[in-house]
Formats: sequence, C-alpha cells, structure tokens
Amino acid sequence: MVDPRTSIIDERMRGIDNIIAVSSGKGGVGKSLVSSTLALILAKKGYKVGLFDLDFTSPSTHLILGIEGMQPKEEKGIVPPIVHGLKYMSIIYYSGERAAPLRGADVSNALIELLSITKWEKLDFLVLDMPPGIGDATLDLIRLIRGINFLIVTTPSQLAFETVRKLVGLLKELKIPVIGVIENMKMDNSSIIQKQTQTLGVKFLGEIPYDSSVEEAIGNTNKLLNTKLAQKVKEIANSLSIKNQSIT
Amino acid sequence: MHEWALAEAVIAAASEVAEKEGLQTVREVTIKVGELQQLELGIFEFALAQLKPAKFKNAKFKVKIAKAELKCRVCGHKWFFKKKELNENASEAIHFIPEIAHTYIKCPKCGSPDFEVLQGRGVWLESIKGVKKSDG
Repeated sequence: MVDPRTSIIDERMRGIDNIIAVSSGKGGVGKSLVSSTLALILAKKGYKVGLFDLDFTSPSTHLILGIEGMQPKEEKGIVPPIVHGLKYMSIIYYSGERAAPLRGADVSNALIELLSITKWEKLDFLVLDMPPGIGDATLDLIRLIRGINFLIVTTPSQLAFETVRKLVGLLKELKIPVIGVIENMKMDNSSIIQKQTQTLGVKFLGEIPYDSSVEEAIGNTNKLLNTKLAQKVKEIANSLSIKNQSIT
Repeated sequence: MHEWALAEAVIAAASEVAEKEGLQTVREVTIKVGELQQLELGIFEFALAQLKPAKFKNAKFKVKIAKAELKCRVCGHKWFFKKKELNENASEAIHFIPEIAHTYIKCPKCGSPDFEVLQGRGVWLESIKGVKKSDG
C-alpha cells in the first residue's frame, strides 16, 4: 500500500521561496522565541511569511505571539489564518491547551498530514519552529521538503553546543544547507561558541544577550519587538543571505 | 473540505504509480480509508472524480473503509474507535489530524492515552489496475 500524502507535499510547498527550519540540538535554548521573532520581523519588513510550529508535543509559539481563538479555514485543504501579518499554523488549533502525548511515529504521521493538507500558497519565507534534537520530525522534514535551510540556536553552554556539533555533522553529511548558528542567552564576553562554530565550517550569525524583559513580553508582540532579543534578531535577519538573495 | 486535499494526494500518488508501472490507461484504483479520519466519502469521491487526469478518464475508484482498531500499550486492551463517544470538537480535530486521538481518547480499561492504531488510520492507495502500452 502507498501512503499518498507524500506525493502532494512538493505541490503544497511550491509557492514558498525560502524555508528556514529554526532548530537546536537541545531544548530550552530559546528556539521558539527566535523563530517567532524572526517571523514577525520578516513580516514587518513586508515579506509574505508563514510560521509553522512543529514542536507538536510542546508547542509554544502561540503563547509567545499571544494567539488565541483562531482557526484555519477549510478551502479544499487547510488555510492558515493570518495573525500579526503571519500565516500561522500549529497543532494547538486541534489539541487546544490539552497535552498531545505522541510517540515518534505519531509525530511523523501528524507532520506528514499537516504538510499534505496545509495550503500556504505564495510565501517569501516559511519559518519552521522545530522540535529539539535529531528526531523523527527533523528526519522527516529533511526527507520531504526540498530546499530546506537550517538555522541553529544554541546557548553559551558547552552541553548545548555538543548537540549542535552533532546536528551540524548530520546536516553536512546529508548536504542540507545550514544558514548559521545563533548564540542565545549570552551573559559574558566569551567567544568560545563563535570560534567553535567557525571550526565546524558554519557561519556564526551573532549573539543575543540574556534579556530578562523577554519573559514580560510573552504574549505581546509590540513588547516583544522592543526587546534586546528582537533588536539582535533584526540585525541577524538583515545579514541573512538565502538562495544568494540578501534580506533587506 | 480537506477531503479535497487528500483526494489531490491520492491522484498525485496514483499518477506516479501508473507512470512507474507503465500504465497507458487506468481502469481501477482501490483506496483504503481509515475510519479514524472520518472522511465525508461523498465529498472525497466527488473530488476524485473532478481531479482525475486523462489517463484515469474511465477509471473506477473503489473506496474501502477500514475499521479503526486501537491497542493500549500499557495494558494491552484492544478496542474499536466509536465516533459517537466523542464530542464534536474532538471528533473534528481527529478528522484533520488522526494522531490528535491521543489527546481525546483514552484506553477504556486503564485510562492511558498511550495506544497504537492497529488499523484504520488515514488514507491509503491499495492498488491500481490498468492497461500497459505493451498490452495493446
């Protein structure tokens, strides 16, 4: 028997120029904050942007962006609603605030289902908030999405960076483009992570200082865009170059 | 109406298989639809009829329903999915993403959400019959 869903994913992604998978080796490094803020900033610049929360068992971008009471439209598929200028898709439309206790194979199936029925149409950027690590979702996206680019978030911790090393190693082996590494929650002037990133042959995109005001900005996009985190993400966004096309 | 999106996927996959098998015309496509997905079969079959390309012009689409059987990973209990035991919101959520069943359904014996779907999940392309170029 053939699973027909994977045959339509290319068609569903056809209108998307750039796909940025915001990923990390470990959880808790600020990946969802970076992906949400990056998506907001790109949308503010006038790009057509989608944000897809793929952390199915622990979704949080809806909390960061203060999204509630929205539902996708059904039009020969699922059309994500536009919130804060972003086409926003998340499993929370279906699970609500209840837990979604999914094993790896279930995560894969849910991911393939949403990729095959979600109609993004024309987008300049689709930002994917990935689950942490090199699990089923990461492997599925590498297998199913052509032209995916990884942007990796880490912290100054050597433990977090060790997992980045593994993720970068895997992506290089599979010839998947890595846009670069962002060091988040920086609390001193150490350049160890920058040097180690460069040793991996990957671009160091910049550092984001630890910003205690971020917690108060959760759920409020205006406050979020005024944080130091957002200012740094904006600088990083300005320096990104994907498909040899600079973001201005 | 995401039945339409799934029908598009079936047509795309069936076209790939027909191409691979060297079929010039397709006579019959058998699709298995899991009960867990609760598809509106009328819409699904209408979409298939509307979307079929020239090679499938005279093809018959046979849709089989597979009962959704679940098995608890904790206590081993097996049971069948019953739509009427769910409220409307839960039923609709599972319709879009069958894995959301783990959010709303628990093992009737021990209460665990950790179960596997033995059969009856999703849409499957079961078989395609047609005429090859060399068949004349």
